[in-house]
Order: sequence, then structure tokens, then C-alpha cells
Amino acid sequence: MMTSTHAISQEPMSSSDWEGGKSPFGIGWPKLMMWLFLVQDTLTFAGLLTAYGVMRLSLGRWAVQAEVFNLYLVGAMTFILICSSATMAVAVSAAKRGDHRKVSTYLLLTTLGGLLFLGGQYIEWTHFIHEGARLFTNPWGIPQFSATFFITTGFHGFHVAAGVLYLLVTLWRWNRRSIQPESVEIAGLYWHFVDLVWVFIFTLLYLI
Amino acid sequence: MAETEHASGGYRIYAVTWFWLLVITVLELAIVLLHVPKIILAAALVIMAFLKAGLIVAYFMHLKYEKLSLVYTVVVPMVFLAVILFSFVAPDAIHVFRLRR
Repeated sequence: MMTSTHAISQEPMSSSDWEGGKSPFGIGWPKLMMWLFLVQDTLTFAGLLTAYGVMRLSLGRWAVQAEVFNLYLVGAMTFILICSSATMAVAVSAAKRGDHRKVSTYLLLTTLGGLLFLGGQYIEWTHFIHEGARLFTNPWGIPQFSATFFITTGFHGFHVAAGVLYLLVTLWRWNRRSIQPESVEIAGLYWHFVDLVWVFIFTLLYLI
Repeated sequence: MAETEHASGGYRIYAVTWFWLLVITVLELAIVLLHVPKIILAAALVIMAFLKAGLIVAYFMHLKYEKLSLVYTVVVPMVFLAVILFSFVAPDAIHVFRLRR
């Protein structure tokens, strides 16, 4: 046991985390609230995807996605979103280093990725609708097929669109020097979440 | 926060993570084209999806470097969710699936 005169504050005692004046999670409240929001949003998407799974499994039959959707387009959309997550991570890191120009550049690249993804989603939807798919009916004889597709990808696409706006606002405020690097990081958390959800939508709705 | 070395080195982790995400995505598309039995396809794809999710959450979202209390706050509900969802939803779905046969 140490009996020296080391200052107690140098010891990372976990009990002091709860004595007030300090976040027990080691992060500020804005970042914590974004994390908690993302947990909630994950559960919401999990609900949608589970409903899709239950319906599809209990129906016993489904359309063949590879024949309905252009998997190369969807693969490209996945690639674009992954790239945009990488550029976002670079932007956040640059913000922490004070590299102002790099932040702007990479926030713009991330936004571009988001817009390209939305463009791909637009092409997908218009093609699907052109083939006769509607919210509650479609030519494949399985109403749930188009319903789950539109609702799930629509809800996700809405998140991407909101994310693009969020990124643009963040970019604007960063250029005005009116926000901290942590704000860029928080925007990054949201954007990575959007990519994360897409990973599961891509897997469950298109591949399986 | 001791990254005072040359700036380009600090971004390397993101490039590496990006690379592995891409590799897994390519593998996902490949396994779909291979025409394996549906169960194996589903299992492999779900595992790969979780691998990608883990990479994104740990490295892009920085969770690997955060306090454990935050890590648990995020991860535990997901595990709980997965267990609850599966145990409450799967039996009914499978039951109806069998009924229809």
C-alpha cells in the first residue's frame, strides 16, 4: 500500500466520478444526449426490422430481391455511405486538431456522400414504383414486400436527409467559428449511426 | 490526446477501418452470389453485419476509447434487445411459418 504524499487527484478513483461536478461517463452532456438518442433510434429501427423479419418469416414466401432490385446500385450506395463515414471521422479528428480547412473539406465530402446516397435511393424508388410497387400493393402479390421496403428505407432516407441538413448547418457554424470541435464530433456520431443502420437494412432487406 | 506527431498519422486508423469495412462488404456481396443454403447465408450475413457495426461503433464513433460506463450504456440495451426480440418474436413467427406449410 502506498503511504507516500502523492496527491489523491492523480489517482483515477472511480468513486469520485459520482461525487458531483463531473460527468460519470467522462463526456459532456451534449455528447451523452446524442448517444442516448442514438440508442433510442436504434431500438426504433430494430422494431421496424423485426416486424419485417416476423412478417417475412411467417409468410413463408417473399419476392427475390436480386431480381427486383439492382444489387450493384445498392452495393454502390453502401460503399458511398461507408466512405462518407470515413470522411466524417477525418473531419472530427481534424476539428480536434484545429485544422479548420480540413474540417470544412471533409464535412463537404461527407455531405456529398449523403447526397449521392439519396440520389441512389431516389433512382431505386422511382424504378420500383415504375415496376408497379405501391405502399400497400405491388405486382409480386405480396403486399408486405413493398410496404416494408418503402417504410424502412423511407424512414432511413429521412434520417439521411436530416443528416445532410445537420452537416450543412454544422459546416456553416464551423466556418463562422461559433462551435466547438465537440459539436462536430456529435454531428459525426449521428452520421455514423445513419451508416450503421444502413448496414443492417442492406443486409436484411436486400441480401438475405 | 497525445497525438502531437505528424497529423497524417492520426488519420490512419480511419483509413484502416474503412478498408476492412469495404472488404467485409465485398465478401457480403460475394456470398450472395455464391448461392449457399439460405440458413448459412443468413447466419454469415448477420455475423458480417455485426462485424461492420462493431468497427463503425468502436473506431468511427470512438466508443473503444470512451469510458466503460458509456460503452455499457450503449451496448447492454442492444444485447438485451436482441435477446428479448428473439425470444418473444421468433417462436410466434416460426410457429406461423410451420402452420402455413
